[in-house]
Amino acid sequence: MGKQKMTPEEMSAKLDEVLSKYKGQGQKALMATLQQAQEIYGYLPLPVQRKVADALDVSVAEVYGVISFYSFFSLKPKGENAISVCLGTACYVKGSQALLDKIEDVLGIKNGDVTKDGKFSISACRCVGACGLAPVIMVGDDVYGRLTPDEIPGIIAKYKEA
Amino acid sequence: MDMVNVTIDGVSVQVPSNYTVLEAAKQAGIKIPTLCYLKDVNEVGACRVCLVEVEKARALAAACVMPVSEGMVVHTNSKKVRDTRKATLEMILSDHNRDCLSCIRNKNCELQTLAEEYGIRKVTFEGVKSPSVYDDKSFSIVRDGSKCVKCGRCVSACKKQGIGVLSFLNRGFNTSVGPAYDISMADAPCIYCGQCIVACPVGALHEKEETDKVWAAIQDPSKHVVMQVAPAVRAAIGEEFGLPIGTRATGKMFAAMKRLGADKVYDTNWGADLTIMEEGTELLNRINNGGVLPMITSCSPGWIRFCEFYYPEFIPNLSTCKSPHEMEGALIKSYYAKNNNLDPKDIVVVSVMPCTSKKTEAAREQLVNADGLKDVDIVITTRELARMIREAGMDFNSLPDEGPDQDLMGEYTGAGVIFGATGGVMEAAIRTVADILEEKDLPEFEYKAVRGVEADIKEAELTLGGKNIRVAVAHSTAAARKLLDAIKDGSAPEYTFIEIMGCSGGCVCGGGQPQVPAQKLMDIDIRAERAKALYEEDEIMPQRKSHKNSQIDKLYKEFLGAPNGHLAHELLHTTYAKREIYPDSVLEE
Amino acid sequence: MDLFRAHVLVCCGTGCTSSNSAKILEQFEQQIPAQGLEKEVKVVQTGCFGLCAQGPIVVIYPEGVMYYRVTPEDVAEIVSEHLLKGRYVERLMAPKHDGAQAAEKTSANDSNFFKKQMRVALRNCGNINPENIDEYIAHDGYQALGKILTEKRDPDAVIQEIIDSGLRGRGGGGFPTGLKWKFASGNRGQGITKYVCCNADEGDPGAFMDRSILEGDPHSVIEAMAIAAYCIDAHQGYVYIRAEYPIAVKRLQIAIDQAREYGLLGENIFDSGFSFDLDIRLGAGAFVCGEETALMRSIEGKRGNPTPRPPFPAIKGLFGKPTILNNVETYANIPVIINKGAEWFASVGTEKSKGTKVFALGGKVNNVGLVEIPMGTTVREIVFDIGGGIPNGKAFKAVQTGGPSGGCIPASLLDTPIDYDNLIAAGSMMGSGGMIVMDEDTCMVDIAKFFLEFTVDESCGKCSPCRIGTKRMYELLTKITDGTGTLEDIDALEEVALSLKNGSLCALGQTAANPILSTLKHFRDEYVEHVVDKKCRCHVCKGLTEFYIDPEICKKCSLCAKKCPVNAITGEVGKVAYSIDTTKCIKCGACIENCKFKAVKKR
Repeated sequence: MGKQKMTPEEMSAKLDEVLSKYKGQGQKALMATLQQAQEIYGYLPLPVQRKVADALDVSVAEVYGVISFYSFFSLKPKGENAISVCLGTACYVKGSQALLDKIEDVLGIKNGDVTKDGKFSISACRCVGACGLAPVIMVGDDVYGRLTPDEIPGIIAKYKEA
Repeated sequence: MDMVNVTIDGVSVQVPSNYTVLEAAKQAGIKIPTLCYLKDVNEVGACRVCLVEVEKARALAAACVMPVSEGMVVHTNSKKVRDTRKATLEMILSDHNRDCLSCIRNKNCELQTLAEEYGIRKVTFEGVKSPSVYDDKSFSIVRDGSKCVKCGRCVSACKKQGIGVLSFLNRGFNTSVGPAYDISMADAPCIYCGQCIVACPVGALHEKEETDKVWAAIQDPSKHVVMQVAPAVRAAIGEEFGLPIGTRATGKMFAAMKRLGADKVYDTNWGADLTIMEEGTELLNRINNGGVLPMITSCSPGWIRFCEFYYPEFIPNLSTCKSPHEMEGALIKSYYAKNNNLDPKDIVVVSVMPCTSKKTEAAREQLVNADGLKDVDIVITTRELARMIREAGMDFNSLPDEGPDQDLMGEYTGAGVIFGATGGVMEAAIRTVADILEEKDLPEFEYKAVRGVEADIKEAELTLGGKNIRVAVAHSTAAARKLLDAIKDGSAPEYTFIEIMGCSGGCVCGGGQPQVPAQKLMDIDIRAERAKALYEEDEIMPQRKSHKNSQIDKLYKEFLGAPNGHLAHELLHTTYAKREIYPDSVLEE
Repeated sequence: MDLFRAHVLVCCGTGCTSSNSAKILEQFEQQIPAQGLEKEVKVVQTGCFGLCAQGPIVVIYPEGVMYYRVTPEDVAEIVSEHLLKGRYVERLMAPKHDGAQAAEKTSANDSNFFKKQMRVALRNCGNINPENIDEYIAHDGYQALGKILTEKRDPDAVIQEIIDSGLRGRGGGGFPTGLKWKFASGNRGQGITKYVCCNADEGDPGAFMDRSILEGDPHSVIEAMAIAAYCIDAHQGYVYIRAEYPIAVKRLQIAIDQAREYGLLGENIFDSGFSFDLDIRLGAGAFVCGEETALMRSIEGKRGNPTPRPPFPAIKGLFGKPTILNNVETYANIPVIINKGAEWFASVGTEKSKGTKVFALGGKVNNVGLVEIPMGTTVREIVFDIGGGIPNGKAFKAVQTGGPSGGCIPASLLDTPIDYDNLIAAGSMMGSGGMIVMDEDTCMVDIAKFFLEFTVDESCGKCSPCRIGTKRMYELLTKITDGTGTLEDIDALEEVALSLKNGSLCALGQTAANPILSTLKHFRDEYVEHVVDKKCRCHVCKGLTEFYIDPEICKKCSLCAKKCPVNAITGEVGKVAYSIDTTKCIKCGACIENCKFKAVKKR
């Protein structure tokens, strides 16, 4: 993953720092605040939403409404290795659906879920713009292109050991 | 305002330039159907039912948000318009739980009306229904997502209240409306004002019905049922029976209630008069003894919840007085029981209220007496009372005019009646406090500065008995927010006494009142119309000051002792507690 | 400035970065000094060259030699052979195609891929280091803004120049850019707050033009936005960009910081008294936010629900203030128009569509990548000349433009000259510039379903026709591809499609049915085949496809039977050819994947 794990106290302090920057700015700062909060926590749990709502003087329901509208925001923690499969048109016509099926098969979870051990999560994403490499998947920040389904187990195995 | 000329279906009209096509059409006598539109609340152009064809425009336009312009030519009845509206309606119906016969809004549903008007005979595009939640966990509000048409009227109404407990959740076909995480209203920081219910065009939001409990109590020979009815109910119940908005239906209302079979029917106005005695005394005590000021009224349970959730720092400012029907309930189970030789355990107190929050109020642990009995057992709304009247087969409009039972708790003054309109509690209180401070029966006692719905915050300054008294009245929790923020940041003057009602217009527009179709709300301010009925009743009352209620006088002499005295405190006063907003526990199953 | 005899340009766009170009850059930076060439050869990281399928790409000037699919291990050889000894590394010079196409050696300028292109919006992409403002300035950067400000040009005259150029919005709608500016230009100098926004929320699946411009030439957008701001008297701008584009975001931020440092953003630019600053706002994964009103709601911190127009953004936009919103590619054209004049720009293109258009060419085509062509170029020229045709000798079936709002252009319309109006007439639209090529193996009903699934997912849910109608259309298409559809379902599809077109609040809903309508128009026979013959000729729709094993080819090895998750395959090793029990088969494809002899087939 590259990123060092922060302790809950460190995350909380970091969030407070972000919130103090945007405090009182109201709804217009909501997107940026949520983006930075998610960067800290990896997702947006209720206590974070409460703090954000309080700092920006918007209701928690409104904050949740915004979070649940945008697919970039997550209410669940992602796996240590977040796998995203590009389902953009270029990748789709080159068979990315089969990659997704294979990954679901190998990990035994569905698109949008996290494995029990928290190691992997799968999401289908919109075009990442690497159409030249179609079909493409990303594991964390690593890009794998021009894939066929039979290469999937090998890729996943690499991260299992890590 | 500049005027512009527009032609709608061949009819030329001149309208102000800030009009929408919908408003201009109305002026031209042309009705354009609407669903998501709710004047001044929800003007978003989302449902696409009000589509019209504007010449030279690229696409069909939503009349509710399309501004007029000079020379505009509009067609509201072309084939393209009709076909599109109809297909849109069919699509809405394809994602709607169409159990109309057993729906609480049967015959009073804006979607049903549209389907009828557009002659929808079948729904062509059947398919899966969007995910939805049924939530009847709270005491006040039931949310039935399967009926929701995602018009956003409730979301906007809630936001307009300054609360925002309802929001759109998720997106696309999975869009729903609810609190964060779509949790129950029982766990959300909802004040149960019910403005979402009166805004809802369909049966997706409604009060938790308790009429069955009332019928059961009436039918149970071991139970002694005492019904009481709030002032605002008389100003609106007629609407349920086709009477014009603003009709004062006091007489028929009491006649109907008596015929339902309760053992006794009282008017909560009596409790309102009592509230003035207690609250007025509390105010004078606070003024004279350096108590916490400004004192803020506590009649509106929506406002109380709002304070407990969002402004707990103002809890010490809240009057400790129970709300009028709770006071009346407490005395029915003590004073009335004693006088009638009844065991309080056998008494069932039913309050008919214009309010959905009262249902939750009645369940407050602070409103249960030492014997474990609730002051009020069942609360039904104006709408529920109307349903009971219909179920009983009564022809409301041909009932004779009657009044409440007169023994013990039957008398009331004009001051009690006006509790139902914004400014009413304040005016009633001043009528009494002024007489006490001036030590005379003042002939001028109409305080019109605190009346009316034009401003959401009203102020007045009085000099009474040499004391300067500054008062404010706020209606709607959004106005309360504004006022309290101003007090907090020091920009407000030093008030002595504040009236806050949770709903705009006061109780006459509570969440338990009859729903008025959005099209009707375009022409009429129901807050003002309904309030008129109450001020009319005030004017014809023989006594118009609470302290002149002879039965209240008798109550103190024979039972309670002095206002704010020991027994009064035990029976008529209460406490409040801060509430947590979305504690982590709401997500625990 | 030092003079170098050679420049090594390494593409660091998202495509090439994904295939390790950062390592290649690193290798060059180590190898060049190792050979003592650091005073003679300069290494430059650039934005996208366009030929993404062949990445990572390295170009060496002055020769203009282009190396394809370079690996870090190749670098030492390039340095010692080409840079030191002057001998080209021929094995890296031929594009590598999936099929057995004749490959030609190319230099950067004379390959077919580049020959028919005309790079205006992409003029600097691949030529300059996007993280160095000096290189942009050296390529006439900020000259247009400088001219306008120092000469104190009349803003109306500048707007007129843009109108005269005929530039139309490159984001999809094609509204004349100059007019947009004009509508927002009222009440200048009266202290009215106005905003200039850039739409970089490129959401069409398969489109990456805007990303490449921001990665390769971010200053051109900044300069253009400053010009727009000057024209309408705005002082604050926002670029709304997808969070999924980390490299673009980073380079744009570097560019903004550098522009501020150089005084090209901020107070009193060029000492003219004009002030303008720019901030980035990140999108959060909602396609609908490419719609202008939804984009502005998103910047305001709300759910990205479109709002009705009028009021138009030019009158009441972001935070209720007059606002200009243009797309990245539109802005990238502005400095060129100012520098070369409206007349020059208007001389390129067709009667109603001036200038060039960038397309992201993808799908079943050899040269996947970014191409910029003069308006009026035909679809055939793009697919076959620039794109190098279809891989693996397959037949061309259609090209999809306009993403989920667009449609499919069949082979019969290959000679359509591309411009806004012709594409609409062909049942598609320009859109932002995604161009996906489909071959004979692509099922057109499945493609329509793919786009509808996208739209169902991305519909904001505000207006009822789009919220419910897209779902209903998707359901109908699912029926058809499952093999349970009827001819009536095709009629119903058309009926819902029409009501969406007429009834929806924003362009997303109004155009959501285009993928269906255009495929129905050009490929109705495929739909009918699905519902009447219960057949998918491309064997894509699982419900209509049967797996079988050709006993003639089967070597009776049993591998397929072992891999079958539902035990649908029986036979005997070495004795009885294997066969599939179609009642058990779930069509997962495991047998096809594992059969070494290609004995498992679909019918």
